[in-house]
Amino acid sequence: MELGPERSREAGIGGAAGGFAIRSPGLLTTVQDGGRYGRQHLGVPVAGPMDAVSYRVANAAVGNSPSSAALEVTLVGPEIEFRQAARFAVSGAAFPLQLAGASIPSDAPALAAAGQRLTFGQRRRGARAYLAVAGGVAVPAVLGSRATHLGSRTGGLDGRALRAGDLLPIGTAGRMEPLPRRFRSPLALPDGGARVRVVLGPHDAHFEPRVVDSFLTTRYFVTPQSDRMGYRLRGALLPRRTDGHLLSTATPFGAVQVPPGGEPIVLMADRQTAGGYPRIGTVITADLPLVGQLAPGDWIEFEACDQATALRALVRLERALLALERDG
Amino acid sequence: MPWSLSRLGDAALVLAFEERIDPAVNSCVVRTAAAIRESSCAGVRDVVGSYAAVTVHFDPLRTDVDGLADRVERIAGEVASAPDVPVAPPRTVEIPVCYGGTLGPDLAAVARFGGCSPATVVARHAAPTYRVYMLGFLPGFAYLATVDPTIAAPRRDAPRLRVPAGSVGIAGGQTGVYPLEAPGGWQLVGRTPRRVYDPDRTEPFLLQAGDAVRFVPIGEADYRAQVAQVEEASP
Repeated sequence: MELGPERSREAGIGGAAGGFAIRSPGLLTTVQDGGRYGRQHLGVPVAGPMDAVSYRVANAAVGNSPSSAALEVTLVGPEIEFRQAARFAVSGAAFPLQLAGASIPSDAPALAAAGQRLTFGQRRRGARAYLAVAGGVAVPAVLGSRATHLGSRTGGLDGRALRAGDLLPIGTAGRMEPLPRRFRSPLALPDGGARVRVVLGPHDAHFEPRVVDSFLTTRYFVTPQSDRMGYRLRGALLPRRTDGHLLSTATPFGAVQVPPGGEPIVLMADRQTAGGYPRIGTVITADLPLVGQLAPGDWIEFEACDQATALRALVRLERALLALERDG
Repeated sequence: MPWSLSRLGDAALVLAFEERIDPAVNSCVVRTAAAIRESSCAGVRDVVGSYAAVTVHFDPLRTDVDGLADRVERIAGEVASAPDVPVAPPRTVEIPVCYGGTLGPDLAAVARFGGCSPATVVARHAAPTYRVYMLGFLPGFAYLATVDPTIAAPRRDAPRLRVPAGSVGIAGGQTGVYPLEAPGGWQLVGRTPRRVYDPDRTEPFLLQAGDAVRFVPIGEADYRAQVAQVEEASP
């Protein structure tokens, strides 16, 4: 690949005396930041965290800016060895955490000494956890972002999931001000499933009203064919009214698209910038983190809501996050 | 040029023009998108043109949606009533392509579709000046139209798991160049030594919406030489 592996490798070894090492990678661990905005018109996908709330809580808990690069951990956690003293925090999916063999809490800053190992036990709830280190994960930015986009092998470490033996540099942390002991995340982790709100449309003309009803009254299940690009759902099929051709248009995070087979797909962080399938609705921004915390086998139900409700929910969430970033 | 503006979820607006693949419609898209981008509205994250629509992605917490909608409508009105003058001097980008053989494994299938010889497919694919209608699918992947209907073969039934970077494909009336190795279902007729996307280059993207593109057939020896040259320039 032409995506500058040499450059990234140098960045990894550049902190040979520091940073942290991946002893075992877990199921799928990637570097993510706030996302690669600004070039979707050139086909560049956004990527970024699947659960932006837990990601921000982890960054807040180490005193980072809200969009510092962190690790996203999926279903099975990694084992990390710190090569320098570092303040870190884990938020999101509930994993029993141990630092150098001693249990430590989630949603709270912890100090690791050089040589200490962080391990993730068996996942208890949620799908994705975020590991933030004070100073951020200092891989080079590609097209303005450190977020890993797996499909185009862009950003992160060589544009790929982390592997055993990888070394990641840590950026310079600001002043290590004393932080609160515990950060109360505004996200209630789903336990087996979640009911999420959608704004219906825009391709209403492609679905009979009874099909929209079916979409809103069915308990769907997240299939194993689900990843950072999108969740394929199993449940009531959503037949389309016509085979009418639809020209490709831009695809937002959370759009629920319906391919010819009728099984809906929720487009997630690594979605392509555009697509041509009719869309029956879009999950509201405030509820996307819940979707990001669903694992294969979990259920999902959709509930229609209006723009005002969507905005109110987001404002409430943002207030909680801002308070957390300010006061812990 | 009529249009309609609607919300898409809680974080995007869509300005839809007439739903067809048409250079005049797409020119409105390209000009409107550029004007919205230049007006740098607070909260706007991305302005994405497609064949016949402009989508404005925004941060709902930092955006006055009604104000943004008014501005988008005003810009659309100005563009629709203005003469069709391109936002940038029109560019024609020439893309050399080595057709057939291992570099274009579906050339024979497209020839069968067209009931013609592989040489005729090459001649027909390289004849038009295509328009870049939009980018999507992968960074730097440009959707070019319109392919000569006699060689406009539909996508393969079974997509390939790995299409090499630089592959030139046909999917119905569209053609395009794969910027990266990726899975894909387009009918591969050849490969270019040029990199349409290189994040390490000062200008990573060779093509932009509104550009004109011509494919220039080259031989395999020329292809190999140009590949070597490109690799030397950008290791």
